[in-house]
Amino acid sequence: MRERYGLNAPLWKRYLIWISGFVRGNFGESFEYKREVDELIWDRIAFTLVISVGSLIFTYVVAIPLGIYSATHQYKWSDHLLTFLSFVGMSIPAFLLALSLMVFAFEIFGVPLFGLFSAYYEGAPWTWGKLSDLITHLWIPVIVVGINGTASLMRIMRGNLLDVLGQPFVQTARAKGLKEIVVVSKHAVRIAINPLISILGMSLPGILSGSAIVSIVLGLPTVGPILLNSLLNEDIYLAGTLIMMLSLLLVIGNLIADIALAWVDPRIRYE
Amino acid sequence: MKLTIETTENIEGADDPWTDGGQLSYRQLIWRRFRKNRMGVIAGALLLLFYMLAIGADFFAPYHYNEINMRLRHVPPQRLHFSVSDGFYVHGLKSVRNPESLELEFTKDMEQRHPVEFFFKDADGRRHLFSSAGPMFLLGTDRMGRDLLSRIMFGARVSMTLGLVGVLLSIVLGSILGTVSGYWGGWVDNLIQRIIEILSAFPDIPLWMALGAALPPGWSSIQIYFGITIILSIIRWGGLARQVRGKVLAYRESDFVMAARAAGAGHWHIITKHLLPGCYSHIIVIATLAIPGMILGETALSFLGLGIRPPMTSWGVLLEEAQRVTVLLHYPWLIFPAVPVLIVVIAFNFLGDALRDAADPYSD
Repeated sequence: MRERYGLNAPLWKRYLIWISGFVRGNFGESFEYKREVDELIWDRIAFTLVISVGSLIFTYVVAIPLGIYSATHQYKWSDHLLTFLSFVGMSIPAFLLALSLMVFAFEIFGVPLFGLFSAYYEGAPWTWGKLSDLITHLWIPVIVVGINGTASLMRIMRGNLLDVLGQPFVQTARAKGLKEIVVVSKHAVRIAINPLISILGMSLPGILSGSAIVSIVLGLPTVGPILLNSLLNEDIYLAGTLIMMLSLLLVIGNLIADIALAWVDPRIRYE
Repeated sequence: MKLTIETTENIEGADDPWTDGGQLSYRQLIWRRFRKNRMGVIAGALLLLFYMLAIGADFFAPYHYNEINMRLRHVPPQRLHFSVSDGFYVHGLKSVRNPESLELEFTKDMEQRHPVEFFFKDADGRRHLFSSAGPMFLLGTDRMGRDLLSRIMFGARVSMTLGLVGVLLSIVLGSILGTVSGYWGGWVDNLIQRIIEILSAFPDIPLWMALGAALPPGWSSIQIYFGITIILSIIRWGGLARQVRGKVLAYRESDFVMAARAAGAGHWHIITKHLLPGCYSHIIVIATLAIPGMILGETALSFLGLGIRPPMTSWGVLLEEAQRVTVLLHYPWLIFPAVPVLIVVIAFNFLGDALRDAADPYSD
């Protein structure tokens, strides 16, 4: 048994064997499932990606307009309300939000919000019906995972826009007699939005972490639950591969964010 | 405003006629600006109160956190009543077996009154601020009949200090490595920066989970506590080190450091007397804003069963019991430990924000 999993060698040797296999796409064998790690992880990684990208989109789509609104209505009661909400949103741990949403959903709709599919489509082949079922189940984890990021991004957008709105060129634009909406949307927001793209890379760890823990609470078929399980059962090859994969996702995400930044802002050039 | 935080803390202001107090040190200026921020002051006071409650939990909590009453499992929160003759009191408990689920359920026994006694002396001779001779569970009990209110107070001890100790650790690590990195530069700088980058390439909660699971099962509570603290701070020092490095890099070539060097000051003197004081405000702000992340990290880890282990208790351990929806639907009060988590995290965020505004010399 130990022979089969190569557990007799010293630690560093086992690590070397595993990592050299990892590079070639051989992730080892899971102790618990008695299957190649390779077979277990890919659809889970795909669902993790779907949820993470979904929350990322949610974060930006919601946070930017709210940040703009908050900045253009500085110190009005609506700004204060949004500020307070964003503080709450930043502070509430994702798993608590998921837990309370589940309880609420059960109390109100009487259905458990568990998993990503209805029982009917579980294990069924991919059809349009299954896809739409997925989408109806998907929005809750997407929002739950995205809430923390949305709150902090909104604060950043508000701060950036306020900085830009105080600059002379905005004053000039106003003095030219441009409408306020044109000043904000054409002149100020374009500048203020730039840093948000570089933050894209920074918000990825939070979203991946959030999706892992929310999935555990909501029982979604992503990396999170299987990671927890493998850790509790000391299924080292599986756990190691999953963490490695999450880190790889993060690095790739950062790369995309950097490229996007250089593409959007012509002032940034890497020599 | 010609306020320079870069120099040491107590001279400018004194010879700078433009600062509003004329004779105020930098620290006093920060304090004065901080006091103006009402939310920040309220948050700070609230946190002080919570820490006092946590430290004095032996006295403030009505019961000991591991006092088990197997006959009083899952008692719902009891209401506190007041009458002139009895003072504060709670009604007694009657247990009724539910005919459908066959579980014991508790209802009020209107005949019985258990008065709340202040400075109550329990069977072991320990004093409690308030307690009662009869069962008094203001927030209900858990599956082993332990008083949730007392457990929350004792749990605060672990949850709230863990954040502090963890941040302290990452301050020490982050400032030392950040200063070294910025001051000496070269390959040392390169090495430290690459380490930080590698650490920040891991998503934190999955990595924490893995490290938490790697703690040996035979460890004692106190070893686990410090183990978790180290795990939490091991990823978080990088951000601080980056900030300190940036500051040190900026000051390294400035005139006052040049002057100190020309006057023959050693590295140690320059770092401790000229460079680090300029970073203090920065470090304090970052540290304050890092504490809630650590508290949430501990809560999440313990919630998953990979953090603090019973019999030690923390807010995450308490929430672990509320993990399943079916349990929550039957005993909704088990979610209550989430409330102090939220309050403390929000308060730290407000405090950190207020400190940042106060320490920013351009904020007026």
